[in-house]
Amino acid sequence: MANADCIVIQGSNMAECHPVGFQWVAEAKARGAKVIHVDPRFTRTSAVADKHLPIRAGSDIVLLGALINYVLSNDLWFHEYVVSYTNAATLISEDFEDAEDLNGLFSGYDPESGSYHLGSWAYQTEDDGSGHEGAEEHAKGHEQRAKAGGQQFGSGGAPVGTGTPKRDKTLQHPRTVFQILKRHFSRYTPEMVRETCGISEEDFAYLARSVTENSGRDRTTCFAYAVGWTQHTLGAQFIRTASILQLLLGNMGRPGGGIMALRGHATIQGSTDIPTLFNLLPGYLPMPSVTAQTLDDYVDGIRTTNQKGYWANARSYAVNLLKSWWGDAATAENDYAYDYIPRINGAHGTYQTLMAMLKDQVEGYFLLGQNPAVGSANGRLQRMGMSHLKWLVVRDLNMIESATWWKDGPEIASGELRTEDIDTEVFFMPAATHVEKSGSFTQTQRLVQWRHQAVTPPGDAQSELEFFHELGKRIRARVADSDDPRDRPLQDLTWDYPLTEEGEPDAEAVLAEINGRFLTGPDADKPLSSYTQMKDDGSTAGGCWIYTGIYADGVNRAAMRVPGQVQDEIASEWAWAWPANRRILYNRASADPQGKPWSERKKLVWWDEENHTWTGKDNPDFPLDREPGSHPDPQQGGPDALAGDDPFIMQADGKGWLFSPKGMLDGPLPTHYEPQESPVDNPLYTQQQSPTRVMFPREDNLSAPSGEAPGTDVYPFMFTTYRLTEHHTAGGMSRWLPYLSELQPEMFCEISPELAELKGLEPYGWATIVSPRSAIEVKVLVTDRMTPLTVGGKTIHQIGLPYHWGAGSDAVVSGDGANDLLGITLDPNVQIQNFKTGSCDIRPGRRPRGAQRDELVREYQQRANLTIMTGMERITDPERELNDDPLRARDSGDVAGRSTAYTAGTATTDQGEDK
Amino acid sequence: MTPTSAFADDTHWDHPHPRRGFFTDTSICIGCKACEVACKEWNRNPVDSDYEILGSSYDNTGGLGADTWRHVAFIEQTQDRIEEARESGRALVNLGMPRVGPPQAASTPAAGGCACGSAAPADDAAGSGCACAGPSSATTAPAAGGCGSTGGCGCSSGGAGGASAGTGEDGSPVLDTPDFRWLMSSDVCKHCTHAGCLDVCPTGALFRTEFGTVVVQEDICNGCGTCVAGCPFGVIERRDDGLVEPKTQRGAAPMPDTVKVPQDGIAQKCTLCYDRMKEDQTPACAQACPTTSIKYGERETMLESAQQRVAQLHEQGRTEARLYGANPKDGVGGTGSIFLLLDEPEVYGLPPDPRVPTADLPRMYKRAGMAVAGMLALGVAAFAAGDRA
Repeated sequence: MANADCIVIQGSNMAECHPVGFQWVAEAKARGAKVIHVDPRFTRTSAVADKHLPIRAGSDIVLLGALINYVLSNDLWFHEYVVSYTNAATLISEDFEDAEDLNGLFSGYDPESGSYHLGSWAYQTEDDGSGHEGAEEHAKGHEQRAKAGGQQFGSGGAPVGTGTPKRDKTLQHPRTVFQILKRHFSRYTPEMVRETCGISEEDFAYLARSVTENSGRDRTTCFAYAVGWTQHTLGAQFIRTASILQLLLGNMGRPGGGIMALRGHATIQGSTDIPTLFNLLPGYLPMPSVTAQTLDDYVDGIRTTNQKGYWANARSYAVNLLKSWWGDAATAENDYAYDYIPRINGAHGTYQTLMAMLKDQVEGYFLLGQNPAVGSANGRLQRMGMSHLKWLVVRDLNMIESATWWKDGPEIASGELRTEDIDTEVFFMPAATHVEKSGSFTQTQRLVQWRHQAVTPPGDAQSELEFFHELGKRIRARVADSDDPRDRPLQDLTWDYPLTEEGEPDAEAVLAEINGRFLTGPDADKPLSSYTQMKDDGSTAGGCWIYTGIYADGVNRAAMRVPGQVQDEIASEWAWAWPANRRILYNRASADPQGKPWSERKKLVWWDEENHTWTGKDNPDFPLDREPGSHPDPQQGGPDALAGDDPFIMQADGKGWLFSPKGMLDGPLPTHYEPQESPVDNPLYTQQQSPTRVMFPREDNLSAPSGEAPGTDVYPFMFTTYRLTEHHTAGGMSRWLPYLSELQPEMFCEISPELAELKGLEPYGWATIVSPRSAIEVKVLVTDRMTPLTVGGKTIHQIGLPYHWGAGSDAVVSGDGANDLLGITLDPNVQIQNFKTGSCDIRPGRRPRGAQRDELVREYQQRANLTIMTGMERITDPERELNDDPLRARDSGDVAGRSTAYTAGTATTDQGEDK
Repeated sequence: MTPTSAFADDTHWDHPHPRRGFFTDTSICIGCKACEVACKEWNRNPVDSDYEILGSSYDNTGGLGADTWRHVAFIEQTQDRIEEARESGRALVNLGMPRVGPPQAASTPAAGGCACGSAAPADDAAGSGCACAGPSSATTAPAAGGCGSTGGCGCSSGGAGGASAGTGEDGSPVLDTPDFRWLMSSDVCKHCTHAGCLDVCPTGALFRTEFGTVVVQEDICNGCGTCVAGCPFGVIERRDDGLVEPKTQRGAAPMPDTVKVPQDGIAQKCTLCYDRMKEDQTPACAQACPTTSIKYGERETMLESAQQRVAQLHEQGRTEARLYGANPKDGVGGTGSIFLLLDEPEVYGLPPDPRVPTADLPRMYKRAGMAVAGMLALGVAAFAAGDRA
């Protein structure tokens, strides 16, 4: 980022939420970069930016789409880059129909499942020209959605089917991606931005000018986002829109370019690389589904052998993982113990698990560094769900609300739950902090940084490593004598980690296992140094292919700490970045098709004619000996098939995708839909919300009506939730610390002076905020940093709500939780919840106590005539008449669970009946 | 005469160590409060709060005191105030000084170009140590360009319109966000050249360290509180209550809220991390600052970077920038902690014209002495006259 000439921070409050990473923005600014912050609020980031553009939460695709339109219609795109390095020239199937032509739906929509058949989005291929060939492999969208399929491309793109894609380098063919793109975004104009986002035409012009003037051969623009983009019902598409823009401007794979995904915790990147997610195995290998009966089935389902690039070798990565977990028990004969891996048959994400809990289908639950009673959407449902468990293990630093809801939660206060009626057995296991254990943090830039234990944990506190090692040991001892085949995976597991002096498993041994080693041959037992050494014949083992090389030559490279001052700007000897210690991905794109740097100023890697190799400041992300002009037979597949101008080496066609023929489940191109709850109608289509969003229509998860629908005026204001610098997420690491608690002691909302006047709210007094789910009380910060926006002829008031506080009795500071206000609606690609927009009312004074709080919520619900169906229609175009049964959300939502809707007055009876 | 030698003469402080201090550049402060927390962590200072919203934007600790030695102020301003600040900052520079800014700039050496803040009476501002005296004077630097930093710049400047301070068609700076701003500033003890607290301390508990900083010796202070009135900035206070330890000590019983705090009843203030400094370490606040808004080092170096920075900002059209504490002729002889402010000091809760209470002592003594001499002379004269009579 320090190398950027312009930085657009959108969907992120970087200075507040990533203050340490923000040093690079400060550095770029000191070097003369322009910094623009697009956010509903004027935050501490805006305070040090050159310009702040207030935006209506959830309208980002319109703004970014208008930038795309600006770039295309003013001919400001980077011609040579776009033609050579992206799929702009690729032809799309004749069957594809755009949402612009189908009033908000792309071709392939299946109203039965609420998802897309992706076949019509495919490339046309030389072989048959129809694009149909890949159609069979185009898994149905709803199956992918059930697996959060979009998330599986963290390290490689989706396979696009067989055949060589047809290309028209003149970009004139009407089926080229370029022409489709032009048509698709043609309605995204500055006027549309004004009407939808609330951003004036002058401000849009400023943004458009800044971004385009700072892109090209000599200059680069960088985007940074965080959960302000992801946590929407179409969050993945927000990021896609920015990706398209950055590809058009030639800002990918170059210094100071790219799209920086700011991750929320110290190693949240690490926990997707080596995942704690239901749908992923290490290295972004998808979790096998029940339909993949053999290893070959599985591998064939995730890649094609004739696709270009390194993902074609996915079989090696899978076999190495299996060898790493099951050692000698994994043999060619038993498919490398592939059957030991559990299979998934649908979405098993955190919210689906919650629904299962409510149906008494989940017995036990581990909470590790997670505080869903405060930090997850619809807090009340979270707590009610936990009350259905038989046992609950909370491993945390402090006695968080998720460990104490059974005695001091809001439902105890309202009388809805009674402690003596709750059967859940709660175990609290104290956890070691990051200074009390060694291990690694993988940060935003994929840099894996080692940390050493500074002090030993107090009392019974343990590291995760020690806890799970011990748990594994005990479980394995239990099943040691079992002859039940289902215990074989546990019996055969490699679980032989050396212990440190303190008796803890050695974290470095785990790192070595992740790195991988040769099992046979002259180098047997030596660490692998690159994932290209991985074989699919059982002669090597490695726990996470993208991390291979981190322990090359037996050296812990994550622990490298040569100070930046004594290195060049790449600083390759500070820690280790996956893959292959490469600091900028796809950096082949930093050179022109002939292999020369685009400019001296933005030089990174280049083709060294003399030595016939790629070289440069960074480790080149390309086969080193592949000549810029070479065009190997694309059908041979794998890295060998990459042409000299295919910089995107993990994509099946080696190109950056302006149009995704596969991989996205809610459209091959981003298009604007309104959030689940919105004060306005969708200005683009009669289709109001994303037709593929994942919904949970339940009485206790009601939605407010949107736009012009009756009842919208009951919840007339928008709210958005966020973090503050002074606290950490749901507060487990900060609200127990006086030094941090005193800095932001009380739950508050941020509102504009106009809204304060409208509703008679006193600065720093109390207010109550009511949504269709709950009512919370907050202190009122009236500030000019909040601006009412004029959108669609209406004045839109946005209310800002930090979500750090929760109701409990153990923390230094507590308060009502903002997430109690939110309903649960998910993005179909990655199953992430919408945290960023909701509808509410605000009124002066504190909220009612006890059961009267629920009465207030119900009174609002009745006034708005809310039903379980409100806002839950998939198709909102009345002419389509497809809405026969919105509750048919088989694979996603869930309606069969016991309702926990507010039934004030009869709450206890309700509970009793359930028991 | 270098500032240091002037400082040594003025304060009768004689030591081989160069004077150390802070330069707090509020123009790049992001208000994260890491300095406040790092300070409390290192010095084990008590919390300073009733855990209620204070009613002052994002500030909930209120100000400097016995328990809070770094404090971040948050000030929200609208357009009118911004323009006033820009005007007042420009006026500081225009007081007979070479113009700082675009095209019409003269090439005269900026010997006294000054944006020292209103703590500096105009006619005194030409003294050494004033702003804009650096060799890379704003007057000779290009008015616009991609690269304004003084170091670490790996890129060539220029190119298509990418400079953060673009220029309008008439060459005047165009500012991108004219209508609103949110100022953040981390305040700290000033470690004055003429330190009121130190001057009035009757027990000698306050002393000047070998680094030129002013520190309380806890074992000597008797808690008389004279220094509290002696500080023109309201920094030093007596510690009377507070809670030191986290409420929940993991693995131990919760501590009562009435844990006795260390140094209860005695005067407390920032030591500029004297203990760390002795080990050649950076003070906790500067170490924790993610954007280098808090810089620490030899005071002369700090002063130089402060002057360069203020010049750079003026060049970019941000004429509201001015220095505070950089002027050796101000009422406290300049401070060890220098600040770059973006508005009048009062806006940040800083006194516009701080004056050490003992500043008038020599004159008072002189006048008293003259009075005594006059009386004596009168007496002698009376005797002489009486003799004649």
